[in-house]
Amino acid sequence: MTETTYGADVLIPVQVTVNGVGCSASVPARRLLSDFLRHDLRLTGTHVGCEHGVCGACTVLLDGRPVRSCLMFAVQAIGRDLTTVEGCGTIDAMGPVQQAFTECHGLQCGFCTPGFITTITAYLAENPTPSEEEAREAVSGNLCRCTGYQNIVTSVLRAAEIMNRRAEEQR
Amino acid sequence: MKPAPFAYHAPRSLDEAVAVLGEVGHDGKVLAGGQSLIPMLSMRLAAPAHLIDINQVAGLDTVTVTEDAVRVGATVRHRDVERSDEVYAALPLLRQALLNVAHPAIRNRGTTVGSIAHADAAGEMPSIAVLTDAIVEVQGPAGAREISAHDFFAGPLEIAIGADEVVVAVRFGRFPSGTRTGFTESARRRGDYALAGVGVALTCQEGAIARARAAYVSVTDVPSVLDLTAVLVGTTQADVAARADDLIGAVRAHVQPESDIHASADYRRMLAGELTRRLVAEVMAR
Amino acid sequence: MTTKLFGAPVQRREDPRLVTGGGRYLDDLGHTAYEAAFVRSPHAHARITDIDVRDALDTPGLIGIWTHEDLEGQVGECLPLLIPHPALTAPRTGYALAKDTVNHVGEAIVLVVAEDRYAAEDAVARIRVDYDFLPAVVGLETARAATDLVHVDAPGNVSAHMVQEVGDVDAAMGGAPRRLKLDLSIERSACTPMEGKGVYAVWDSDAERLTIWSSTQTSTGVRAAVAARLGLPLAKVDCIAPDVGGGFGVKIMHPWPEEVLIPWAARLLGHPVKWTEDRREHFISSAHERGQLQEVEVGFDDEGRILALDVKFWHDNGAYTPYGIIVPIITSTQLLGPYKPGTYRVEFWSLYTNTVLVTPYRGAGRPQGCFAMERTMDAIADELGLDRAEVRSRNFILPEEMPYDHGLMFQDGRPLKYDSGDFPASLAKLKALVGWDDFADYRARAEAEGRTVGLGIGCYVEGTGVGPYEGAHIVIETSGRVNVATGLTTQGQGHQTAFAQIVADELGVPLESVYVTTGDTRRMPYAVGTFASRAAVMSGNAIALAARAVRAKAIKIAAEALEAAEEDLEIVDGIISVKGMPDARMPIGTTAVLSNPLRYAFDEAAKAATQFAGTFDPDKPPVADDEEPGLEGKDFYSPTQATFANGMHAAIVETDPVTAEIRILRYCVIHDCGTMVNPMIVEGQVHGGVAQGVGGALYERMVYDESGQLLNASFMDFLIPYATEVPHVEADHLETPSPLNPLGIKGAGEAGCIPVTAVIASAIEDAEGFPITAMPISPVELWELRQRHERGELPSLRRRATAG
Repeated sequence: MTETTYGADVLIPVQVTVNGVGCSASVPARRLLSDFLRHDLRLTGTHVGCEHGVCGACTVLLDGRPVRSCLMFAVQAIGRDLTTVEGCGTIDAMGPVQQAFTECHGLQCGFCTPGFITTITAYLAENPTPSEEEAREAVSGNLCRCTGYQNIVTSVLRAAEIMNRRAEEQR
Repeated sequence: MKPAPFAYHAPRSLDEAVAVLGEVGHDGKVLAGGQSLIPMLSMRLAAPAHLIDINQVAGLDTVTVTEDAVRVGATVRHRDVERSDEVYAALPLLRQALLNVAHPAIRNRGTTVGSIAHADAAGEMPSIAVLTDAIVEVQGPAGAREISAHDFFAGPLEIAIGADEVVVAVRFGRFPSGTRTGFTESARRRGDYALAGVGVALTCQEGAIARARAAYVSVTDVPSVLDLTAVLVGTTQADVAARADDLIGAVRAHVQPESDIHASADYRRMLAGELTRRLVAEVMAR
Repeated sequence: MTTKLFGAPVQRREDPRLVTGGGRYLDDLGHTAYEAAFVRSPHAHARITDIDVRDALDTPGLIGIWTHEDLEGQVGECLPLLIPHPALTAPRTGYALAKDTVNHVGEAIVLVVAEDRYAAEDAVARIRVDYDFLPAVVGLETARAATDLVHVDAPGNVSAHMVQEVGDVDAAMGGAPRRLKLDLSIERSACTPMEGKGVYAVWDSDAERLTIWSSTQTSTGVRAAVAARLGLPLAKVDCIAPDVGGGFGVKIMHPWPEEVLIPWAARLLGHPVKWTEDRREHFISSAHERGQLQEVEVGFDDEGRILALDVKFWHDNGAYTPYGIIVPIITSTQLLGPYKPGTYRVEFWSLYTNTVLVTPYRGAGRPQGCFAMERTMDAIADELGLDRAEVRSRNFILPEEMPYDHGLMFQDGRPLKYDSGDFPASLAKLKALVGWDDFADYRARAEAEGRTVGLGIGCYVEGTGVGPYEGAHIVIETSGRVNVATGLTTQGQGHQTAFAQIVADELGVPLESVYVTTGDTRRMPYAVGTFASRAAVMSGNAIALAARAVRAKAIKIAAEALEAAEEDLEIVDGIISVKGMPDARMPIGTTAVLSNPLRYAFDEAAKAATQFAGTFDPDKPPVADDEEPGLEGKDFYSPTQATFANGMHAAIVETDPVTAEIRILRYCVIHDCGTMVNPMIVEGQVHGGVAQGVGGALYERMVYDESGQLLNASFMDFLIPYATEVPHVEADHLETPSPLNPLGIKGAGEAGCIPVTAVIASAIEDAEGFPITAMPISPVELWELRQRHERGELPSLRRRATAG
């Protein structure tokens, strides 16, 4: 066996940086990235809603870009930089998107929310002043069954405000 | 829904990839973006014994713009093609079409070449391949070869390469100057597979159409080009509306839609014609 | 001065944890548990002739494989019939694992437990089951024709037949100046919460205790059902609902086979076991709802007043009837909406089909009833050339007629008696909001631009807050922390906030000191569950009553300690003080100390309660005869009947003249749920309900083929709308408080989705000029209807035919 070929039952060492911290676990090749994050690294903030890429609940940032973690194998993330919802802020230091969601009632059951938070965090990094229509477009790849999306759209706009205000305060 | 077990290969070079494919390609699948393949594996609709992950293969992740073509390597993500200003300047049709592919999160990972190799006539990229007379570059044990996009699609989800070969790049042909392009589709929800879609390339001289071609999404078995030159030659922005009936007739005669749970064949036929009419009008009005 | 929290849009206390990845949903628990998967029937109707597991036995990671013959005692018996009813004459429930016969694609046949889900699925893939096919009964027409039967002992495929009648409908119909008939249909859909079902069970063999976590809407229900099945005393079983990622009704059904089997397996194996369903499983082995065929005959006068309403409908109940006939009963009764027809008869047949079971989905039969009634109202208006809102208002029950007894029995077995509501006021608000009277001008301007637009309306009444009861238990600790427990569950309704608001106001304590627990049988074992828009009404009132009891005790203790009269005391920000004398005060935590006479002081504050602290009267016992130690209150709320909320919606749609694509331009909601604890949460519920309603009107349907295969068992093909498909909702509120409960609350959970299908049908019909009688509708279907209309196969609406 060379180091580029692994049998089906071999446990492959996967080293990744998650939320700025180096993590590792050894898993079979077929281990989905979503399961790796949730069960091997115990970062259960990322959720699984469909396992076929449609609902977006599993969305994490790969080198800053949103991807469906249910549509990647853990081994494909070796050496990469991942950001999950846990890395977008903590209870005591919430990121602008998280802060906005709490202010605007952008969540009800909260199951789809992590996927929205990562998606919106990445979106605002490139589009800091979206219009309402752009905000709605930006979140149109994630399913929510509880909110009807209205307060999520409001949360995007509020997050932009918070983000821009914080940036100004730092200058 | 978890995939069945598979042996995993992550070759670092093209030679290694070809060698592996030679050994196990008959019972294996190539993994690039994985956005189409991984759901199939998770649903156990496919259970190959081997997965050959080409994401680590050197040299497949570049985009090159030349005078004649935009060459996209096998592991280039949709999103990178979509965002490249250089590509947009050379061949705007690519961005116009790519904006309709699924959602940004899917495009961040899915590959343009992979989409073409997947050969789903409900996908946007195969139709763009034929519309641009693309050349598909393939590597196998016998070396490198090239296949025209028109010969590449053997049937629904079927491509004309061997189990021991891998697509390494697609060269999308650039249009002559004066060509206007556009792409539109109609889907039930944002990002869904289109009920029907169309891309057009209208080469204009002094404001009148000299050459017109279209390619379709979801309404043909395999991607194919409809030459609309006869119908549209000489048309200017002012008389586009007058050609509508002939245009729609030509489209309806060309497409061969099927019925499924989302739309009937008749509806798709109507839609293909109407979307083409609207797109031509919009492109000519720019 | 503190601001009143009741009625304020307080930010949710659960949010910081949930937005930072701190949610604990079912699959976040039990990382070292074994995991389960199932062999599920790929056929809709078949006899199982053989199950061969040999090839699966050496699957790496396999722990065990079980079929029906391995299930001993009650575990192997039919699952319970939760809600019997005299009209349900041929009930059938399934087995936890199929015995002999399978009756729908997705029915569980073999249980596999392995070290993880990957291994479990590997074993499942290697198990071979042989079948003898039986004819599959799919769709209402096929079920009704009954050429083939789902269950041999349910002739005609009928599980239940029920008639309710008020007044002599035949006579009134015969004497009515005008009559119309409508044939209507609604297709099957489903809740599809983002989180599927899941069960995690731990058996403590030393204590012989079972702890079950289930993503359920009724932890008390699951506890009781599983304890009974496994032959365990209730005292040895607990059930906890963790964070739940949406329910919408599918999780009120219980016990699911997995809720019985996973605890059973955990006990058998002496090891924790977990099962989280995947999305395909959710589609083929949870529950669906909505499918009905309806025939309406209505007799009315020239003013549009309904004299006779005769409704027949056929309800698709799927392969089994564990939840009884609640859904069609709700259709039957809630169909009446805000109206008072002179006479009414409703007759339904609930039919078996070889498809997934049918249990309540948000609205629970009301959307179907509303659809029948509102299509009828539009038809009457069109027939008479009258304004559609005007015809409705002529049939309204008026505020002075409240309470209004329809003479029917509701889903709680109690009279359908509306307690309050001001329908004319709701309608006036709706017309103002949407610009009802200006629409003709709006349409004229649109048509001048070549655009096709239409205006639709729908009204409903919703019986909420059904019993039997809910309860609350409040305990105040010596630190001043207020612990509140209620037994029903939470799936995103913000109970930890709304209920805390009630307590904070009743007690006069800071919101941050109140901690609410829901859905945990260890904390509150008496409860029913969260469904039927009842949580705020039931638990909200129980919590208020329990809080008042605690407050009274705290005041009593403080009065004694401060040597003041009880009526001179107030509690503000958690401090009890004599009004106007701020120095005579004690924190509420101190009254907690004093409420519990101690021998041992466990901290500084506790010293005051010990025997030598001198705070007790030596002539009285430390705990009086009629008292209990501790600062606690417990109370229950049990109403004599439901309390009736109402709402009215209007929508403006645009249809593409060529492609028939449908766009909702405006969606307006007027909503009356009595007093609101947290208007922000109520509005969120309305938004979410409307989104599900839009999904059900334009996008979502279950597509079965003739052989009973569910063709769209994934999110790729079952089209839940994204944000781009859902309109912005403009909402306004009316508050007619409920006279039936102390807080004046009515339920709000289902309101948003009830009339949407009716409203969208009404709007599309108005745009197109021909009747819309079958929903949901897609552009393809609208396009085909247009062609039929052009060919003369569909009548035109009178108002559009004359308008030209």
